Order: sequence, then structure tokens, then C-alpha cells
Amino acid sequence: MARITMREAISQALWEEMERDPKVFIQGEEVGVWGGSYAVTRGFYDHFGGERVRDTPISESAIIGSAIGAALTGLRPVAELMTINFAFVAMDHIVNQAAKLHYMFGGQMVLPIVIRAVSGGGRQLAATHSQTPDVIFAHFPGLKVVAPGTPYDAKGLLKSAIRSDDPVLYIEHATLYQMRGEVPDGEYLEPLGKSKIQRPGKDVTIVTYSKGLDLSMKAATELAKDGIEAEIVDLRSLQPLDMEPVYESFKKTNRAVIVEEGWRTFGIGAEISARIYEEAFDYIDAPIVRIGQKQVPLPYNRNLEQMALPQVEDVIKGVKEIV
Amino acid sequence: MDLAQDVQLEMFRAMLLSRRLDERAWVLHRQGKIAFHISGIGHEAAQVGAVFAIRRGYDWVSPYYRDLAILLAVGMTPAEFVMGMMGKRGDPTSGGRQMPSHWSLKRANVISHSAPVATQSPHATGIGLAIKLRGDDRVVLTTVGEGATSQGEWYEAVNFAAVLQVPVVFVVQNNMYAISETPDMQMAIKSVAEKACGLGVPGISVDGTDVFAVYRACQEAVDRARQGGGPSLIEARTYRMTPHSSDDDDRTYRSREEVEEHKKSDPVLVAKRQLEERAILTEKAYAEMDAQIKAEVEEAVRQAEQAPYPEAEEALHPVYAEEIRLAEASHA
Repeated sequence: MARITMREAISQALWEEMERDPKVFIQGEEVGVWGGSYAVTRGFYDHFGGERVRDTPISESAIIGSAIGAALTGLRPVAELMTINFAFVAMDHIVNQAAKLHYMFGGQMVLPIVIRAVSGGGRQLAATHSQTPDVIFAHFPGLKVVAPGTPYDAKGLLKSAIRSDDPVLYIEHATLYQMRGEVPDGEYLEPLGKSKIQRPGKDVTIVTYSKGLDLSMKAATELAKDGIEAEIVDLRSLQPLDMEPVYESFKKTNRAVIVEEGWRTFGIGAEISARIYEEAFDYIDAPIVRIGQKQVPLPYNRNLEQMALPQVEDVIKGVKEIV
Repeated sequence: MDLAQDVQLEMFRAMLLSRRLDERAWVLHRQGKIAFHISGIGHEAAQVGAVFAIRRGYDWVSPYYRDLAILLAVGMTPAEFVMGMMGKRGDPTSGGRQMPSHWSLKRANVISHSAPVATQSPHATGIGLAIKLRGDDRVVLTTVGEGATSQGEWYEAVNFAAVLQVPVVFVVQNNMYAISETPDMQMAIKSVAEKACGLGVPGISVDGTDVFAVYRACQEAVDRARQGGGPSLIEARTYRMTPHSSDDDDRTYRSREEVEEHKKSDPVLVAKRQLEERAILTEKAYAEMDAQIKAEVEEAVRQAEQAPYPEAEEALHPVYAEEIRLAEASHA
């Protein structure tokens, strides 16, 4: 086991899959010579060459659209969006094409494409550069939406995503790249579409993913000092959504707090709580609490930004409202 | 004309088959037997000229919704086309899931496109990129209408293809109308081919009602692409002789006189005259060919009408690759 950063974990996954399968290639803005805006592909260009680590024009539709074309021929492109905020100018390719091609081709072809995108606020990049719009991609059938919250999961899930024959949107949170965690030395894969208990507990179930996991783990440490043991279910994948561990935990704790960084309105919390009401109604002992971003565009100023984003204190307060 | 006589006849037959099948589709729509039709009438020369320039079934095609003649020429059967319009299980595009004429045909390397125009253009660039990465000698033929060249997508695709120098032939079928909008509402230049100079690709404008002129232009572009010379842009100028689709009435935006005037340069008639002048086709041979094609079209409609619809439960798949594998296993 080595203790590495999320950035290193993602980079290792890409490197290993590039080494393993010559059909895998990377394309995006700045991914080659410069090594990526978040330095994930640093060193790749020198090792794998410009044909397989391709710098593209500033042309998100061309990046995603051409990756789809290449994937339909049997290659396995990993297309990088410098930020998920740039996905909106390539939205047709993501939700109208990638998500629907299996179905609209009646299963004639598979689309083994991974779109890596950096999501999330907290770096003072303001409203159009800091969004956490993960949930909208999970709304479209056909796309797999993966968003890891630990280096271990980041590596294992990305390797599975690259090997998957489905289109996968792989979301990296901008403030988690420096997070450190234990990662095995040898090869391992984590399954797509499986939730995971990241912390056992008995008093309340926190359902979360990505940056929300970081907030929730910190909140749980504080809550434990007051004798409250939170069980944390990390969704890891928003589509497909694995609810079984959530129901199992909820039937034990009878209380749930859902933590996401995106806006609460029509958010992941709404979906998760609706499903709990549908599947575990008899086990509900308290209202389900949803923690998320304030319903405003994310501001630039640090104090304003932190006010709008969910904080560890919000999670603690949310738990204490129902425990 | 350096093309063998039998090839010229084969091209003419491909145009006529597309025309007769297309005409039958309008009738099927009026009979209430299909929900939607989008027509390629007036485009036959542009399409047959382009598709005969590639190695059909070997090269890739990323078409648009008017490309009936292209699809027939790469091997979609008339019955398959009608099944697509009827939403039958045997629709080769998708088993009744995709909109009619948003073609895909895996066995001929044809892939489908989305509702916004020009989304297929970046796909074509990506296929070209894959061809280059694999080191094979295929080319990609991709088509749009002139209205689609207003899209950022289209510029992004041609630009990226030019940067990569990948083997893609971008054919623009300029039929003078984007639904009701004329080219002067789409662009401040006289020819789509002029856009090529800002993108660094060869651009040429040809008479899209002359199948052999289109063929020559496309053949040159295909050869260049196959030899590593990169992408090209070809505008084929023609006229859309029908409404945009079965959902609009073109009498609300253009005169009957204008349409009648353009019928004089109907590409099927132009080709027929050319073959007659070259003594390749006689009136009698034409009449026989036409009768045979009409019978073929009727047989296709009959087959499609008898073909089963999908069961309602089939709506639930295949969303993910796993379901495709399961379906393949159950058919095996």
C-alpha cells in the first residue's frame, strides 16, 4: 500500500490502461505537451507520444464528437473536458449521442468512451467555472456517471470505466486532487454502479459522494465526539444508482442526511429521499435532511463562495436536527 | 466519360430506385401508414455521385437524413428502409427506436446522427482519427445540408480534421433551403466551398444535379484522402424538390413557379439525358428498368407491411452494453 494523492491515483489508472491496451488514447485541451490543466497527464506525452496523448483545438464539440466517432470504430478514447462547465457547449454529444447511441442503434455497436471532467466549486472561479452539475448527467438513460471521493476509488473506478463498453462520464472534484489515501501497489478494479460504506455507524445514515464524502467524513469525526456514530454510504456512481446499501443502512439507523455539493433543488438528495420514502417508509423515524448548495450562482469572493457552498458545519447541524 | 458503361447504368439505376422509393414514402405517409418522412428527392445525383466514389461497405459513412440514395447504394434494402419508416423490428438502424432516416447500418460502416444538424461532422473527424491511429486505408464520407454549415459543430469538425489531416470528405448538399430559409439567410458568401479557405482544406463547388460531375469531384477528394492528403470540402448544388419533411407545407414559403422551373434540372432527368446522348440508355430500356424498380418498391412495401412490430417490452433495452451482450446471447 502506498499513500498517494487523488491526482496520482487518476494518473496511475490512465497510465496503466494506456500500457495495457493500445486502443486507449487520450485527447483534450492541454493534455499533451503541457500535461493537463490539473497535471493529471504530466509525462504521458513523452512516454506515449502525441498520437495517443493528443492536444486538441479549443473545441469541446470536436473533442467529444470525434471521440464518439473513434469509439464507434472500436478504439477506447478518454476525452478530457478541462472543466465540466465546458460540457454545456458539447451537450448534444454527451446526452444526445453518447447516452443514446446503444439504444438508437438498436444495439448494433457499443460506445466505449470515457469523458473525464473536473467538477466542483471552492477554488474561487465563480459562477460559470465552478458548478457541480453532476446530477443533470445522471438524468439521461445510457450514460454512466461516476464520481469518486477517495484515491482508492478514483483509481479502481477509472480503470473499470476505461474497460467498460458503456459511455462513462467520470467526474473529478477540483478540490480533491491533493487528497491523500491508501492505494494498493498491484492492480485492482472497483465495479461501476456499486455504492460503498465508507464509515460504519449506527445512529444516522449519511448518503453522499465526491466532495460530499470529504465533508461527511469530517463531520462524522466531530459527531463521534458527541457520541453520534454516523454511517456513511458513498454512492460513487450516480448512474447506475445502487440503493441497496442505503436501504440496509437506513433500516438500521432510521434516519438519513443526504449531502451533495450541487444545488439542493431537484438534486441528488431529492432522488435519494424519494427512493427511501418508496422503499423504506416503515423505517422512517425522522424527516430526511438534504444538505446542498444555496440556490444562487456561485460567487467569486471567498467569503461569499463559502457561504453558498455546503460546509462541514452544515452536515453536523443537519445530523443533530434529527438525531 | 472514363466510367465504364455498366457503372454509369448502375449509378443511374441507384438514382431511380431512390427516387421511386422516396415517392412511395410520401404516399405511405398520406395513407397514414408511416408517421414521418424526410425526402431526398432532388438529391439523387449528389448522393450517388458521392457514394460511388468511395469503396462501398469498406469505407465509413456518416450521413444525414436525406441520404436515402447513399444508404441504398451501400446496401440497405428497400424493405429495410420501409421497415425503418414503419418502426418495425427489422429496421436495421435501431429496431424501431431511432427516428426514420437517421440511418445506421453496421454492416456497411454507417453511423446515425442526432437531431441538431452537423452533429455527425465531428463523428466523421473522429472516425478519420481512428483510421489514422489504426493505420488502415479507409476514408470517411460525411454529408450535411448547407444550413448545417452555419453550426459551430461543423466548423469545429472540419477545422479539427484539417489540423489532424485525416481522411474525411465533407460533402455539403446545398439544396437552397434549410426548411424555409434560403442560403442568403445562412451565409454572406455565394458558395459553401468558399468556407474551405478559412479552414485550410481544398474546397470545390459542383453542379449537384450532374451525377458524373459530383462523382469526379468526390473521386479526386477520396483519392487524396486515401493517399494521406487530408480532408476536402465539396459543395454539390442542387434543389430540394419537396417540402423539408412531411411536417411542413412548402407552399407557405416558395412559389410553385420556382419549383416547376427547377424540375427542368431534375437530376434523374439530367442523368437520363446524359446516358441517352452517350447511347448507353434507350427509352425502351429505361421503361423496363423503371417498371422493374417500381415492382421492387412494391415488393419492399409488401414485405415491410408483413414484418412484425417490436413487442412493447423491447422499449426497455438496450441502454447499456451489458444488455446488448445479453440480447446477442439470446439470439445465438
